[in-house]
Amino acid sequence: MTPGARGASPSPVAAVGARPAAAVRVGDASGPAREWLALLRRLARRQTALFGAIVVALVIATALTAPWLSPFDPAAQDIGHRLKPPGWRDPAGVLHPLGTDHLGRDLLVRVIFGAQPALLVASAAVLISGVLGMAAGLLGGYFGGRVDDVLMRLADVQLAFPFILLAIAVIGVLGPSLPTIIVVIGVSSWVVYARVVRGAVLTLREREFVQAARALGGGDGRIVVRHILPNAFAPWLVVATLDMARVIVIESALSFLGLGVQPPTPTWGGMLADGRVYITTAWWLATFPGLAILVTVLGINLFGDGLRDTLDPRLNV
Amino acid sequence: MSVYLLRRLGQSVLVLLGVSFVVFFILYLTGDPALVLLPPDATAQDIGEFRARMGFNDPFIVQYGRFLGGALRGDFGLSVRHGEPAFHLVLERLPATFELSGAALLIALLLAIPAGVVSAVRRNTVTDYVATVVALLGQSMPTFWLGIMLILIFSVQFNVLPSSGRGGFEHLVLPALTLGLFTTARITRLTRSGMLEVLNQDYIRTARAKGVSGQPVVWKHAFKNAAIPIVTIVGIELGTLLGGSVITETIFAWPGVGRLSVQAIYNRDYPVVQAAVFLLASTFVLVNLVVDLLYTYLDPRIRLR
Repeated sequence: MTPGARGASPSPVAAVGARPAAAVRVGDASGPAREWLALLRRLARRQTALFGAIVVALVIATALTAPWLSPFDPAAQDIGHRLKPPGWRDPAGVLHPLGTDHLGRDLLVRVIFGAQPALLVASAAVLISGVLGMAAGLLGGYFGGRVDDVLMRLADVQLAFPFILLAIAVIGVLGPSLPTIIVVIGVSSWVVYARVVRGAVLTLREREFVQAARALGGGDGRIVVRHILPNAFAPWLVVATLDMARVIVIESALSFLGLGVQPPTPTWGGMLADGRVYITTAWWLATFPGLAILVTVLGINLFGDGLRDTLDPRLNV
Repeated sequence: MSVYLLRRLGQSVLVLLGVSFVVFFILYLTGDPALVLLPPDATAQDIGEFRARMGFNDPFIVQYGRFLGGALRGDFGLSVRHGEPAFHLVLERLPATFELSGAALLIALLLAIPAGVVSAVRRNTVTDYVATVVALLGQSMPTFWLGIMLILIFSVQFNVLPSSGRGGFEHLVLPALTLGLFTTARITRLTRSGMLEVLNQDYIRTARAKGVSGQPVVWKHAFKNAAIPIVTIVGIELGTLLGGSVITETIFAWPGVGRLSVQAIYNRDYPVVQAAVFLLASTFVLVNLVVDLLYTYLDPRIRLR
């Protein structure tokens, strides 16, 4: 392909028609990397988005360093000291800031370790649904016609199911395991991505730089991958970020129902389900895992909202 | 109008066909429906006989045809656990689920629309910030945690509201609040952004310039136009509510379809699961059909597309 055709593509940050200001920079020599840097700088100026990013970064860092951070094994039981309240010190003088659970396990350590399955499931599932949705959106939007009709009807069918009910029915049949949970959530969450990408492609398809690439003899595959995809990436990224929040809630809901990652792996939802039994005697058991979910999801939502407002304020997600 | 209506009806039928196929397919996920339906300790002979009796040896498409025919007549087979027709078990529980989802939706609309409108009209005031933060928290809070916290506060600590079962109004309060929070948050945010967009438009300025006072401009001129996307989201949110009822009903021991289906999954009672998923999905498709028709009434431009 001619190098000129690539240079003619507007910046990846210029979301489809929504930001004419960014489109002005088409002739600018700055490469995509510099565009993304400029975007990051604009994003960092939004205080709430920055705050969200810091929260998310902290949660990720905690999840990754959990084995080194915590002095206890999250599965180590101590039946003699069960259901101790927050701030309790064990006979050895070690502080248990959030108390202990019904098997005498340290609650803080378990909350910290609970971030691992949540983040793992969320990122893997978002990757699956993101790739599927991107493919469906590109195909449907670019080729239109019957391909598009079939994909959009599939999307309607997918949306008709109460998501959590379908997920528990499928996981109930297959049995809960980490891969099953990831695949079930991933495969059934592609629609939002497909719709957003499709919408972007529909406008991009008619843009001059795409026409130019076609006139220069670019094949469909090349046009879609090199010219359309980079420009449909911004709205996709916004959806993916916000979807992480949704998947974390779903993962913990499944764990809460006993259909998520199985014990002894600590999960926030599983801890909530345990805590629910002791609600009259030990309020901290159900309170702190839920706060962990709330803080994580809030961080992602704040960051995602900021990302949307920076990239594509008209995106309706 | 009638062309649009027909096309929209056709779409709904197509979607329901797709739904029925997925529901049918749930049993085939492990490869052998006999293994899914029979208890784990069934002998090879039991399995063989069961397979022959249920027609599981027929070609896949024949089996689907039979399932679809049954589903259309409301026949999903007998509940493995209760021995009654699965469809009737689900139908019995449907009013409870509708009551809960309806109450949740009502709470959401009653709270969210005034909050969103006021938040937009008094942009960047304390009221706006409070509404925005509350909506953001509501959108980030897992339903089941909120439910447990409400029980902790209102049932355990202060003992003012019951924590489980269905009965009078007081039984409905906590589950409906729990189920409705996420939807409330979404509609608040949508109303706010919709109103902000509309309030900036020329015809609002014209109305103000003509001397129409504050309240009528907000409600008659602006809100009427901002309401259109809200109607769409109500249809979609109903799906969220029906799905969310699975969790909320489990927490509050609410005798609806959601709780029934969770129990059915634990009991490996798949005819009931199939009937429940099918009925809830059909409800959602029907409501969205109605919403779309309502939409054409609110916004006549749609009909022309």
